[in-house]
Amino acid sequence: MKEAKKESPGRPRRQDPAGTWELRLYIAGFTPRAARAFENLKAICEENLKGLYRIEVIDLLKNPRLARGDQIVAVPTLVRKLPAPVRKIIGDLSDRERVLVGLDVRLRSASSSGTRRPK
Amino acid sequence: MSRRNAAGPLMPETPTRFEQIPKCPTGIRGLDEITEGGLPRGRPTLVCGKAGCGKTLLAMEFIVRGARDFGEPGVFMSFEETGEELAKNVASLGFDLPSLIRRRKMAVDHVQIERSEIEETGEYDLEGLFVRLGSMIDEIGAKRVALDTVESLFSSLSNEGILRAELRRLFRWLKDKGVTAVITGEQGRDNMLTRHGLEEYVSDCVIFLDHRVSEQNATRRLRVVKYRGSAHGTNEFPTLIDEHGLSVLPISSLGLNYPVSRRFVGTGIPDLDAMLAGKGYREGSSVLISGTAGTGKTSLAAAFAEGVCRRRGRCLYFAFEESPAQILRNMASVGIRLEPQVQKGLLRFEAVRPNYHGLEGHLLSLHGAVDRFRPAAVVIDPVTGLGGLGNENDIRAMLTRIVGHLKNLNVTSVFTSLTGAGESIEQSEVGVSSLMDAWILVRMVESAGERVRRLSILKSRGMAHSSRLRELVLSRRGLRLVDVAGGPAAPVSGRGAGKSHERS
Repeated sequence: MKEAKKESPGRPRRQDPAGTWELRLYIAGFTPRAARAFENLKAICEENLKGLYRIEVIDLLKNPRLARGDQIVAVPTLVRKLPAPVRKIIGDLSDRERVLVGLDVRLRSASSSGTRRPK
Repeated sequence: MSRRNAAGPLMPETPTRFEQIPKCPTGIRGLDEITEGGLPRGRPTLVCGKAGCGKTLLAMEFIVRGARDFGEPGVFMSFEETGEELAKNVASLGFDLPSLIRRRKMAVDHVQIERSEIEETGEYDLEGLFVRLGSMIDEIGAKRVALDTVESLFSSLSNEGILRAELRRLFRWLKDKGVTAVITGEQGRDNMLTRHGLEEYVSDCVIFLDHRVSEQNATRRLRVVKYRGSAHGTNEFPTLIDEHGLSVLPISSLGLNYPVSRRFVGTGIPDLDAMLAGKGYREGSSVLISGTAGTGKTSLAAAFAEGVCRRRGRCLYFAFEESPAQILRNMASVGIRLEPQVQKGLLRFEAVRPNYHGLEGHLLSLHGAVDRFRPAAVVIDPVTGLGGLGNENDIRAMLTRIVGHLKNLNVTSVFTSLTGAGESIEQSEVGVSSLMDAWILVRMVESAGERVRRLSILKSRGMAHSSRLRELVLSRRGLRLVDVAGGPAAPVSGRGAGKSHERS
């Protein structure tokens, strides 16, 4: 199962580097929960940050030492590296609203596109 | 109770007694004795108590001593202090964490969760923690793990259900890994051992540390609440934290089976040797020198100390009333030169104010000092300095332990004791004197318009000794004993009690 998808970055579209969102998803083996988190994240990003984001998936079973650098305790953990400051969201990202709050993404996208539905 | 003694009967892997589970020595003085060998090997032990009770220190010593003294690398995972803070805190104990880490005998990880920057959404587990811990264990081949204080996860993460399940899994995982673990927890309310009930999950061994203050004396105690599959002392044991770390004093381990020596140790005063069968004190015996103020007790004790050092023996001098400098100066004035012995490293002073520790603190620090210096002789001057720290029974109990410990090590000990002027001396010392093998009494007597010191030997176990009353003379050239004019039957008689009266 681990082999299925070890590093599966959401294809970053190289445009406007200043506005790029760098996201890191820490998982420990590609478990169903990890897969769920990745899909949830992907969907949220596609919808709100299309073309502006980059997702890096880090499997701690393969790179255990990386857990210390970003102070990872729980998995899955999503880390927003950019824009600063660093923010973390733990869990399978199933609560879309809280993910958006956690990433602090709502206001920006709302002001840019004005098409965010309230929920 | 020395580390050597403590480590003696334990032999980590071999079950020493019938069906005792394998033990993992902590190397903490006294703790291994109480637990009959250490913590349960390959299992987690819970160490709990209030803030400041010494939990972190115990956990740290377990790891450092394991890595340094028992060849067992260890991982210290801290949830509160950073690696640098920890290293700084224990540097004063002589623990060099950076060096241990460099040599891959120890690994330190600081787990920090900033609640403010974390959002929780949906299910998660603590596999990240497991991975971190697991990778460190594998990297250095750790046999020991400390988690300090894993309970703080409860304040960083909000899903208590997940946390509980994960902690349960963590402790089982540690067992599967085969590491011996110390997990600390803060004492909870309503006499709960820990705030979040960790004792439910870690149930092989639970150690409780207590720190309380009564009558301005802080006392620390340690109790083994539970130890599955092993005998252990159940009492509360006095505990001390000093510059050498944590030490626990097992009360029960003192039997009356110490070795006895056939040799003698000079008193440092030839005239006094002469009164003691021409030889002096018995080696490994305890000697009480009592008298009223100004009778020369300290001089007698110092003469003994100097004599021991002259024969190239080491002497440890506990000064409870005077500073070492003061003693050196005063003794030099009566021909007892201690300074050269201090410089040679044969004589060491331990000067502590009596009220610096509680009784138990003194006892432990005394034990520690003796075990480190390994002296041939010990002077405690004056033992009555400890009088204000407890009632008669406590003090007697403490002295019993000191005397027992010194006898076990075959250390000759001299205790000076100040007695009040009005009391009958023989009466007032009854409690203490029975512990002593020899008892020398010095009294001020008025003789023909002069005050002179009269010395007598009230008892000296196992040897013939003079029962005569002699006059103690302190002069620039040392201490001498001269005959009392008129003989012992008529102590107060005329002039010329001593042939010389060079008072100093």
